Formats: sequence, C-alpha cells, structure tokens
Amino acid sequence: MPDPRPVTKVLTYRHTLVVRISHWLNVLAICLLLMSGLQIFNAHPALYWGQKATFAEPWLHMGAVNQGDTTIGVTKIGDLSFETTGLFGYSGKVGFQEPRGFPAWATIPSYRALVDGRHWHFFFAWLFVLNGVFYVVANLMNGHIKRDLLPTKDQLTRKHIWHEIIDHARLRFPKGEEARRYNVIQKFTYLAVIFGLLPLMILTGLTMSPAVNAGQPWLVAVFGGRQSARSLHFICANLIVLFVLVHVALVMVVGLFNSMRSMITGRYVLHVEGDAQ
Amino acid sequence: MTDLLHRRGWIKGVGASLTGLWLAACDKVNDNPKVQETLLKAEGLNRKLHRALIDRKALAKEFTPADISRDFRANGSISPGDEDYRAHLKEGFANYKLKIDGLVDHPMELTLAEIRALPSRTQITRHDCVEGWSSIGKWTGARLGPLLDKVGLKGEARYLVFHCFDSLEETLDGSGQYYESIDLVDGYHPQTILAYQMNGATLPVAHGAPLRLRVERQLGYKHAKYISRIEVVSDFKDMGRGRGGYWEDRGYEWYAGI
Repeated sequence: MPDPRPVTKVLTYRHTLVVRISHWLNVLAICLLLMSGLQIFNAHPALYWGQKATFAEPWLHMGAVNQGDTTIGVTKIGDLSFETTGLFGYSGKVGFQEPRGFPAWATIPSYRALVDGRHWHFFFAWLFVLNGVFYVVANLMNGHIKRDLLPTKDQLTRKHIWHEIIDHARLRFPKGEEARRYNVIQKFTYLAVIFGLLPLMILTGLTMSPAVNAGQPWLVAVFGGRQSARSLHFICANLIVLFVLVHVALVMVVGLFNSMRSMITGRYVLHVEGDAQ
Repeated sequence: MTDLLHRRGWIKGVGASLTGLWLAACDKVNDNPKVQETLLKAEGLNRKLHRALIDRKALAKEFTPADISRDFRANGSISPGDEDYRAHLKEGFANYKLKIDGLVDHPMELTLAEIRALPSRTQITRHDCVEGWSSIGKWTGARLGPLLDKVGLKGEARYLVFHCFDSLEETLDGSGQYYESIDLVDGYHPQTILAYQMNGATLPVAHGAPLRLRVERQLGYKHAKYISRIEVVSDFKDMGRGRGGYWEDRGYEWYAGI
C-alpha cells in the first residue's frame, strides 16, 4: 500500500564550517592520541589508585602467563581474571607472539617504542587542545552551543525524555521536522563529552606531569594522586572509545551517506511529510 | 561446512593482510625522519609553556613517612658490571672520590665522608618513571647548590653533566655509558641533592650507590645513579650523541617534565 502522504526531501544546512573542521581534526587527533596512548600504556600495562604504584596489587593488569609449554595473555580487573590471548597481555603473529598490553594493530608504532609513542602523544595533544579551544570559543560566540546543544524547555519534561529513551531503545529516530534539531539524549551526550569527558582527559593528562604537579599541586590533589590520574585518564579514554563506537553505529543506523555528507558539505536531507515549503 | 570454513579462512586472510598493511603504513610514517622531526617540535613547545607558566623554584610535594613505598622499583642499571665500579663496591667505596671539574674555579675531588659533611637535605618525594609508575622514597643527600658555590662556577657555565659508572648498553664507542645533564636553575633548586641515603639507610646498589642525583619535578631517568663525576659545561652538544643524556640520546626529552 502506498504511503498516503507524500514525503518531500528538504535540503537543510546542518553543520557550520567551524563544526565540520573541528570534527575532522578531532577524529585525527583522537585516533592518534588513542594509538600512542596505548603504546605508552604498554610500557607499564598496569593501573593503580593513589599517589604511588602498588606493584603487587594493581586494579588492572595485562600480562603473559606461562602454562606448561604455552603462554597465554591474562587480563586482571580487580579480583577477576580473564584469558585474553591474542588481544591483551600476549599477542602477535603466529611465531612472533610477545607479552604486551594492547596488540600491535592498536598502537603507533606497531612495535614497542615508548619514546615514539610519547612524541606522537604530546604532538597531537596540542592539536586536540587547540582544536577544542577553537570549537568552544567559536561556538559560544556564534550561539551554536546555546541554540543547538542546550536542551529546550519542551525537551526537558519527564514525559519527553522517557519517550526518547523508549524510541532510542527501539532504534526509532525522529524524522522530518523533529530531525531538524538534536534530540535530548543526543544533546546530553554531546554536552557530557564536550564539557566533561574531553576536559577531564586534558586535566588528568596534565596531572601526570611531575613539573605540573610542582607548579599546580591542587590538580593532583583533585584527582587523588598521580596514579589515580593515570587510571582516570585510561578510563576516560575507554569512555571516549565507547562514545565513538555508539556515535558511528548511530550514524550508520540514521543514514551513513546523509550524515557523512552533512559533516563534509554541511548539507543534510530531511524527509518531511507533506509538501514542505 | 567446508564452504563455511573456506570462507572463514578467506576472511581471516583478508583481515590479516589488511592488518599487515595498516601496521606497515603506520610504522612507515612513524619511522620517517621528517615526521619525527615535526613531532619533536612539540617538545620545545611543552618546555617553553612549562617554563612560562610554572615557577621553576616551585617545590615538589613532600610526603610523610607513612607514604613511603615498600616496593620502590629499581630501573635501568641495578647492578653495574663495570670494572671500576665493581672495584669501588668491593672496597665499600672507601677510595671513591666524586670529581667536580670543567668550568669551575676550584676543581675538587670529594670523598664520601666529605660529601656527608656538606649541608644536607632530607625529603620524601615521589619518583615518576617515564614508563608510568610512581614510587615514594625518602632521600638524604648533599644539597647541590652550596656545593656549586664552593667550587665556584665560571661565567660561561650553563649545564651540569653527571657522568656515571654504569654502561647501560654495550657499545664500541662508549655511548652506552650513562650520563645526564641539568641546567643551573635545576642545579640550584633546593630539592636538588646528591643522595647517599635512601629510606634512612645507606643508598643501595640497585638505587645508585654511592651517589644518585635527585632532581625532583622531572621524570626518573633524569635522576642519574652511580655518579662518578660532575662536569660543568657551557654546552653538551659534543657529548654522547649530543642531546644531553643517555635516554635523551635515544629520543627521550631533555626536558623531562612530562
């Protein structure tokens, strides 16, 4: 049965040049920060809480364990222990397996080189920070954050939020005019990432610097110690990866082509019921 | 079934090839000297920003005895095999003398007893290894500042180079010998000491006996162990591979504040 009401495609302008540029710079920076970060993590694949390392009892540890004449990778989180051969603790091509935290394909460079990992990390940290400042300042000035990211009054009712949670769970997303703006879950997520997760990443990163510790002792106090900061840096990085995975998955569900076009050219097509103006 | 297996093998093959390509591409970019040179520009930026924003006289946090690590890790050389070091160790460093020379008015050779008699400082600080871990220890040692005043620095003096007994890597040209360098601001910092005690006992071999540099606010590799000589220089370009230290020569940052 044909749809009773006609659907019109409306080409809208969705993403400004500022958003598009900072988005792709962030993709580059975060990819390289992640890969070099995992390289740095691999130099000591264990995490602790507090100021100092308690080598015998890390809360997270990846390592290789000999079992008779085979070696397996083991990841420990608290009291839990998982066999993670090939992924964490022990990985590599057949015959060239080695003890290492994260596998070769996830780090830059692929081989163990803390020194190179540090160079990549501290270079792209600059791009990441400058890009973040550019994004926030420009979008505060042009009103993007207030206009498009802050939830509106009608979105903040309990009924509306509940309704959206149900819709998300069923992978049903707003179409037509409703898709002209971000939905409230999307807004909360973006705000949490932009003003929560990413700044936390920068602050916990700075807290690992012994020079910054001497100059700004309050920072290390806030996070409860240098090893805590290292753990939080790692956890936040994982949350960013989780965000990216969900983000990319939703882009595919909503429409890969349309979303990619809007983040490249700025143009986004809305499917509006009836004869749109 | 065999079809499925074939397909799986095929997918695995393609996956492995793509992974291989990915790794090779990343490594090729990483190994390119121009890329490395560009990446290293961030080091200068970091150092300048830190120098501009952080008071260089700021003290590193000092801890209480309760915070001291019982499992302080020893890294790098932990028992140097170098002959002259072994000889000193055998004699309990009775004939050890710290040589201080270079751009100084009064070159000196100091025995351990003389060093212990110098103005000292005890501090409980956190040691941050470049690998990511930290340990807290109590250090007692001669303050470097008053010692520098005692030998008298010449006008051209800019850096202090710490020559060490241990060779961390076997090389033909001697570039495997450990050394470190700091500038005069760090040299005169009140927490910069030549430590001869750790946690209230004589400095153990694993942690750099008889003398180790403590230059708090910087990463672990700056804290040279097994010091045999302090050379005051105007420039360290002609030493080792010219970057101011053993790990610096291997790409690590001379400014080890991050």
